[in-house]
Amino acid sequence: MSVDLEKILRPVDTPLPKFPAKYMTLANGQEMVVRQAERDEIPDILPHVEPLIHVERDFYNIVAARLYSELLAYYTYRVQDEYVLVAQIDGELAAIVNGRSVSPDVGMSYHTFSLRRGLRVGAHAFATKMEYHIDILKQKEVLIVAESGIGFRRWMIEYNLEKRFHIPHELGGCPSWSLTKELFDKARNTLVVGRRPVPEHLLAKAKAGILPPSDPPKGPEDLLAATRSMLDSTATSLIEMRRKQGGKIQ
Amino acid sequence: MREVYVAGIGITSFSRLEYPLVEIAAYPGLMALRDSGLKKVDHLYVANMGGGRINGQTGLASAVVDHMSLTPAGAETIENGPASGASAIKQGYMAIASGMHDVVMVIGAERMREANPLEATDFVATLTHPQAEYIYGVTLPALAGMFTRLYMEKYGVTARHLAMVAVKNHKNAMDNFYAHLHEDITIEGILDSPEASTNNPYVADPLRFYDVCPVSDGGACLILATAEVMKKINKPMIRLAGIGQATDTHCVHERKDPTELLAVREAARQSFKMAGVKPSDVSVAELHDAFTILEIAESEEVGFFKKGEGHLALERGETQIGGKIPINPSGGLKAKGHPVGATGVGQAHEIVLQLRGEAGKRQVKNAKVGFTCNFGGFGNNVVCLTFIKE
Repeated sequence: MSVDLEKILRPVDTPLPKFPAKYMTLANGQEMVVRQAERDEIPDILPHVEPLIHVERDFYNIVAARLYSELLAYYTYRVQDEYVLVAQIDGELAAIVNGRSVSPDVGMSYHTFSLRRGLRVGAHAFATKMEYHIDILKQKEVLIVAESGIGFRRWMIEYNLEKRFHIPHELGGCPSWSLTKELFDKARNTLVVGRRPVPEHLLAKAKAGILPPSDPPKGPEDLLAATRSMLDSTATSLIEMRRKQGGKIQ
Repeated sequence: MREVYVAGIGITSFSRLEYPLVEIAAYPGLMALRDSGLKKVDHLYVANMGGGRINGQTGLASAVVDHMSLTPAGAETIENGPASGASAIKQGYMAIASGMHDVVMVIGAERMREANPLEATDFVATLTHPQAEYIYGVTLPALAGMFTRLYMEKYGVTARHLAMVAVKNHKNAMDNFYAHLHEDITIEGILDSPEASTNNPYVADPLRFYDVCPVSDGGACLILATAEVMKKINKPMIRLAGIGQATDTHCVHERKDPTELLAVREAARQSFKMAGVKPSDVSVAELHDAFTILEIAESEEVGFFKKGEGHLALERGETQIGGKIPINPSGGLKAKGHPVGATGVGQAHEIVLQLRGEAGKRQVKNAKVGFTCNFGGFGNNVVCLTFIKE
């Protein structure tokens, strides 16, 4: 008797409502579209995430590595009920947010990843993700953790998240924080922005292709800082430097 | 007194620096030595405001002089709030002008982002009056907010004028590699769009997010020297020609008219008089725009425009690069950044670059006279410097 192992390994996704795309004007006057990425777009996204695995600044390395695996898991059906939203400016990939639905009442926020720093790009993308959970999926709460200080300020402090420390988050088993519908409603008028429908030309540009970010986050440019980070026990910078030099990675 | 010249300059990025305060101070010092070609200095002044409180580092100058292998040069730390940088330059000037030393290094350095934003704001607020202001929760953004409201009512300054300052300075910073913020913001994005209230929320009404400078790390350095030393090195002759310093009441509420920045007015007057120039002679200025309103107010108090007309000059584009008197071509504190103890030295660094003609895309044409205003407290201790290209 033959066994289709793939049927066992592949989780059965729950049909989730699609996220209706929206757009917003950034502080620099550019318009950013946030829309749901289809599964077959993941291979177009991964090459823009991979280089940041080697950026040893503001935890880009660990977030990029984890996000890469989450996107790959989504693409290859190895995670259940995951979704991916992308933020694009003139087609360029500006941010990626993802998460999954744990149950009809509970969402699990995975990552918020800005490829365009500043201008609240990440904050807008995170708020949109929360909108998806609370307003579209109609969930009562979203479980959240932060890997960086920036994330902690943006989520835990700005949204005044509640502690759910008895619930281990799926990211490293860390104690969870929760954005409830009540907290989201409080933040709705100050932190959550965006307009619908997205003008056709903006949406068409976004869907035409996910373009690489023109100014992605970089590691420390200052020589002295770079020297010091080479002394870091993770040696990430050293590995990256050797990689750029075409040398052998030990 | 002997004439004093700028022999060398150096600067770090004004952003978040991932190395200790001593190295933030030493790095621009090493750059300035390389720039000047000098190998030794007689004395070192290090301007710093928060080392003891934020970084647990006191006696900074002693650490820096040794870190740079400049011992046995004398070394002192100068703390004068956000005006520490220009105060240290003044000390350096006096040391050379008096004949005591021939070569003096002046460094400004700060590492503020070790503290979270709330702690950083609280740290800066400790320069307010402890019993009459600080104890009631006054912060610098709060004082600036009240000042702005008064200014708006008295002179007709609007939120749009404030945003114009921010847009101009952010645009200038786009051409400054060392600036903290490289965001080419627009009026639409921070004021007019439906998302503007989130992109640019109120911080201290009527001041919004983009009306306030960032919290920055950073260091800058000037090496000052005599004319005799300058003859031995091949550098442009940029003379520190004028220095003015003045104070005002510690408590802002004790001022007869809080919209009058008397210390700015007096410090500028002294500096211009000593240099033998008029405000109209100035080719380029770096003003202390920790809040956008301060650029407008200071541009009036130092004499570039009549009182109450700074915002009108801004409307006419007179403060842009290419305008009548370009202000903050570096991006100013608003976009270049504000590592408090380093700011005054950073301002002087930009003016020297401009007078040398080395400012790249943000170069002000034919710059001959440069001016800085370093604003300590909420205008209670101000140091102004005038530089002349010979």
